[in-house]
Amino acid sequence: MSNTTAEIVDLVPSRRLPSRGRVGMICFIAAEAAVFTIFVVAYLFYAGKSLSGPTPREVLHLPIFMSTCLIVSSLTIHAAVKALASAKTFWFNVWWFATLILGLAFLAGTAHEWTILIRHEGLTISTNLFGTTYFSLVGLHAFHVTVGLLVIAVTARASLASAIRQSHAERLDIFSLYWHFVDGVWVVVFTVVYVLGV
Amino acid sequence: MTGISRQLLSLFASFCLVSALGTPALIAQTRALHSPDMFHPQSTPAHSIFDLSILVLKVTGIIFVVVVTLLIYTILKYRKRAEDNDHEPPQVFGSNQIELAWTVLPTLVVLILFFSTARVIHAIQDAKMPPNALEVVAVGHQFWWEFRYPKLGIVTANELHVPLSDASQPRPTSITLLSADTDHSFWVPQLGGKVDLIPNRINQTWIDPHKPGIYLGQCAQYCGTQHAKMLLRVYVDEHDGFEDWASQQQRQAVNDPRVAAGRRVFLKAACMNCHSVSGTPAKGVFGPDLSHFMSRDTIASGAASNTHENLKRWIQDPEAIKPGSLMPVMKLSDEDLDSVVAYLETLR
Amino acid sequence: MIISNEAIVAGTYPLERQQEGRQPISERLHEWVTTVDHKRLGILYICLGLLFLVFGGIEALVIRIQLAVPHSTFVSPQVFNRMFTMHGTTMIFSVAMPILLGFGTYLIPLMIGARDMAFPRLNAFSFWITAFAGLLLYFSFVGGGGLYGAGSAPDVGWFAYAPLTSRAFSQGHSTDFWTLSLLLSGIGSIGTGINFVATIVCMRCPGMTLGKMPLFAWLNLVLGGMVILAISPLTVAQIMLCIDRYLGGHFFDTQAGGSAVLWMHFFWIFGHPEVYILIIPCFAFASEIIPVFSRKPIFGYPVMVAATVCIGFVSFSVWAHHMFTVGMVSYANSFFTFATMLVGIPTGIKIFNWIGTMWGGKLIFKAPMLFCIAFLFQFLIAGLTGIMLAASPFDWQLGNSYFVVAHFHYVIVGGILFTIFAAFYYYFPKMTGRSYSEKLAQWHFWLFLIGFHLTFDFMHIPGLLGMPRRIYTYEPGRGWEDWNLIISLGALFQVAGVLVFVFNLASSYFRGAHAGRDPWDAWTLEWSTDSPPPSYNFAQTPTVRSRRPLWDQKHPEDPDWHYE
Repeated sequence: MSNTTAEIVDLVPSRRLPSRGRVGMICFIAAEAAVFTIFVVAYLFYAGKSLSGPTPREVLHLPIFMSTCLIVSSLTIHAAVKALASAKTFWFNVWWFATLILGLAFLAGTAHEWTILIRHEGLTISTNLFGTTYFSLVGLHAFHVTVGLLVIAVTARASLASAIRQSHAERLDIFSLYWHFVDGVWVVVFTVVYVLGV
Repeated sequence: MTGISRQLLSLFASFCLVSALGTPALIAQTRALHSPDMFHPQSTPAHSIFDLSILVLKVTGIIFVVVVTLLIYTILKYRKRAEDNDHEPPQVFGSNQIELAWTVLPTLVVLILFFSTARVIHAIQDAKMPPNALEVVAVGHQFWWEFRYPKLGIVTANELHVPLSDASQPRPTSITLLSADTDHSFWVPQLGGKVDLIPNRINQTWIDPHKPGIYLGQCAQYCGTQHAKMLLRVYVDEHDGFEDWASQQQRQAVNDPRVAAGRRVFLKAACMNCHSVSGTPAKGVFGPDLSHFMSRDTIASGAASNTHENLKRWIQDPEAIKPGSLMPVMKLSDEDLDSVVAYLETLR
Repeated sequence: MIISNEAIVAGTYPLERQQEGRQPISERLHEWVTTVDHKRLGILYICLGLLFLVFGGIEALVIRIQLAVPHSTFVSPQVFNRMFTMHGTTMIFSVAMPILLGFGTYLIPLMIGARDMAFPRLNAFSFWITAFAGLLLYFSFVGGGGLYGAGSAPDVGWFAYAPLTSRAFSQGHSTDFWTLSLLLSGIGSIGTGINFVATIVCMRCPGMTLGKMPLFAWLNLVLGGMVILAISPLTVAQIMLCIDRYLGGHFFDTQAGGSAVLWMHFFWIFGHPEVYILIIPCFAFASEIIPVFSRKPIFGYPVMVAATVCIGFVSFSVWAHHMFTVGMVSYANSFFTFATMLVGIPTGIKIFNWIGTMWGGKLIFKAPMLFCIAFLFQFLIAGLTGIMLAASPFDWQLGNSYFVVAHFHYVIVGGILFTIFAAFYYYFPKMTGRSYSEKLAQWHFWLFLIGFHLTFDFMHIPGLLGMPRRIYTYEPGRGWEDWNLIISLGALFQVAGVLVFVFNLASSYFRGAHAGRDPWDAWTLEWSTDSPPPSYNFAQTPTVRSRRPLWDQKHPEDPDWHYE
């Protein structure tokens, strides 16, 4: 058995199977993509079909600032992970905290928009079809941003306690895939809700 | 194979044989006069479906016979016999030609079936109705059918009357399907395939019955507790018969002074909240229109025949006939009950 | 105890259990509750499925007793409607999914030479959330209030069409139990799907390229991908329904312009791939068992893989064949007819491949093979009735009738349950270390076969004669009575078969002869471990050179890698 093992090892080319974490995250993202697709389909299906109430044209305004924040946060998280991979802990902290702040700015933007919609425009999830589909879709996205920010915040705290090392770069890179996905979803939501739907 | 297995195998084989031979006979025998079965179509859409189904059955039947023969042959020929040595049989991994063949053949079969099917879909769904077609609007309710004839000014329930549409006098009936509450489905197998009634959606179907008679059907989409007793009857009347029925339905409801007491009970006891009777203040739409109630053979959407006893029982305790129906228990006194029944029985 | 080098290399390291004394029961229970070992979780999944099989079976019996004669008053319509709703929901989500995912959880690492799944804790979480979801569903009997407040357990049908599920038509909480239960079990399934994909892609032993792993692994890889993409729409539909019911949303609120048909689309985009999710592991069982009991390798491995991948993709494009009667335009109906018939091609090819495997072999008719052969006959018929239903106009007659009920039970019982029985018998020695009684298994087989055919063959007929489904009673004089009686009689035979099965499992577990590592003379890696395998699976990570590593070991003069 031991002789043949040596033979076999020579015959089999060296292979590197992908990392479990990365494949797992990609699968998770696929599931979430399916989830968002259905909400987007519902939004598009019901576009223009509300029987009453405020329409998108009347109450929606292009959220340029918060979208920019979110897009830029993808760049900063990428920079952060690259910095950590090269053991540049200081720059990792800078870019990581920037990501956190930009993400929070996005959420603040959403909160602000919703306050205006609910308090002043009278649009809630139960007002009409637009209200239902809008708050569900944007709300689901905001929920995903929140979960991402929680992870970023916990990591930031750990980093303050000097607990984040170069060896964590791979895992944070895998997490950043999630963050990029959330960003990508926002691009779709932005297009569908604020551009096409209006 | 052990001895017991062999015995059980023969038992099973005999069972299969007896069933295969006996089943058609049993079906023919038990198929009652009023079996709503698709294999005795009496209307053009039902005929088209029937013809297509025969083609599909033939094709799938051939496939079945071929594959089952192959399977039985394989099982019998290649079973390991007791006297077999322990050498493994030749290890065959596959064969490109065979696999290609058994991919191409099914693909051809699918194409044939698909094109035949697409033709029938188009013929039925996209058929143009002639100008003399009768227009009916069917509204599904929990658990009864409302039928309106907009051009004739008729509103009735549960029993749909349509004219005969034979070669000499073709007159199809075009049915618009709506729903007042949840999903239902209009299914009278001998006259056509089923089409659903869905709230906030307008569906369309058509039938052109070739033979007079009564055709049975029922709701075919689960709609709640009494889905099972949302029965359907389609009365195909010869031309004159249909005209007679229609003119009778167009008349205002009978106002017989002898049953004035019952009429008062009807209007007082909240019946008019749900029911309408033409020429009276009763204009309720939640329940069936009762203007020509006695022209119907059944009550409660087919749950019981329209007899004196059943009518009394229905009004007194609907739960006894159709538990879960939306007709409330009216709690009338015996006197009121008798007089209201007497009133209803005048509504021809 | 001295353990030789040979023992280590050959993997005959003794079971840890044998070395310990008898543990106190609280400790053993604690181990089982906190386990992350894929084998234990697999067994937990399977036991969960068996438990709910009993409940789902009782519900089926109630249905059949009620329908045995027309105008029966055995149960009220309210109870009956709860029965068929719970029967369907239980069987799909609490029986079939757990058992099939459980077998996969148990077998995949063993087949690919891995130590455990990619995410053992996610694995445990998936199991426990699935178990909780089942319990939540059944709690509805105690805690709910259904249509018009008249019931407790959900009574809206297992696919719960809108607007029947809106607050207006479904008061009380029974629909909420259904919604939340499916939401939770869906999360569990997605977790398992992620685990399957990550394990198979990332943890195969050296030498096991994707083209050299057992078909079981390939099929479960496709399954994992399908679960990830198909269950998510169901989750979304449930969330939308909750928003409608509790936050005043209008997703399916027809009075506010919402669409009842949208629910159908979302549900069936999940629902159709779901039935392929259920059948693909069964194809996997058949693809492992039939070769071993024919003493030949699977015929056409590459095409089997390609066909499964095809099915995986095409199955996402056929969903609206469940909606042929809702009034879609003719072009839509034609498209879905075409796609549905198309997906029948790779499915049908597999039957030919299995027959091709048996052809020229030496067939051994032990219980696993008997169930697989019955599966071949029955799956063929199920596929053909599926083709009938695929022809949209034919479906306008047959849809929503007992013909459809017969068709899908033919797939689920005749196809899925039969292969599950086959897998139980095939893997019982490996999982428990004991042999089952072949005689009892044969009794189980014949009893169940007769019952199955009595019930589901004849069930097609009332459907053809116009009997719709989901009715608590039917009118006499329509030609349906005699058939319904026969169908109900068949149910009794099936019960008898299942009782024999359960008895066989239980008595063999305690008193069966000890089974060796490889009772079937099979060829894949799981048969090289002890029965039951040690917690670490393999003492040394195996290296493989072909699809049948044990064949190569047993036949060094004629190994597979000369031919592959």
